[in-house]
Amino acid sequence: MNNRTTVERKSERELVVTRSFNGPARLVFEAWTTSELFMRWWVPKSSGASLLSCEMDIRTGGGYRLEFGHPSSDKTMAFFGKYIEVTPPSRLVWTNEESADGSVTTVTFAEKDGGTLVVLHELYPSKEALDEAMASGSTTGWSEQFGQLDELLVTSL
Amino acid sequence: MNHMVQYSPTRFDASFAALSDPTRRGVLEQLGRGDASITELADKFHMTLTGMKKHVGVLEQAGLVATQKVGRVRTCRLGLRRLEEEAAWIERYRQLWAARFDALDTVIEDLKRKESR
Repeated sequence: MNNRTTVERKSERELVVTRSFNGPARLVFEAWTTSELFMRWWVPKSSGASLLSCEMDIRTGGGYRLEFGHPSSDKTMAFFGKYIEVTPPSRLVWTNEESADGSVTTVTFAEKDGGTLVVLHELYPSKEALDEAMASGSTTGWSEQFGQLDELLVTSL
Repeated sequence: MNHMVQYSPTRFDASFAALSDPTRRGVLEQLGRGDASITELADKFHMTLTGMKKHVGVLEQAGLVATQKVGRVRTCRLGLRRLEEEAAWIERYRQLWAARFDALDTVIEDLKRKESR
């Protein structure tokens, strides 16, 4: 039985996702910060998209870059940013710089009842930025061809 | 890199603006218990009729409340459509994360097995 994922719009600028995992924090952290492991779970198979490459310079100030492909397009699209804080195995903070109004994502890993509680917190620079991010993938710098991908990713789940 | 869903921005905006006011949130809560006339709402929230009409107008604009005039009485009820849309956006976003995290479960199980060997 899988643990329940919850999402809450905590305020006009914040989204919070929570989930428990049956394992110690250091393993959850490892799966989040090792590119070969990260590539195994970040993109749902049902989306049809694939993660073509994933570079992670896991250290404070280090950068990351994810490149996605989708059968509906020859082009790839990239997501990138910087790690603001890397504190194994309890905290990871990164920027989302593919859009000017990108969020800052903070993930905490806390051991609880023999498992690990993951809380992912996204803070946007403004209310408008979060509304925009919710509104469309076009604001995240995706190519025209990929405009529909966001829809695909969720409707095909 | 977390967002892979679509939504109509203007609606979203209007709804959250409407919900930013405590009186309007109270009105929604009240209407959740049952329909009410503007007069009843004004009494309940100790406001003038004009003041309450304004609040209801904002909620109506956002699609959160629907009103109907019968004779001289305007009755208000919840307009669920846009609330449902917002809930639907959040639910799609949640499903994306749930799918990711189910896959992450598998990765963690593998790591645990490797460690115990």
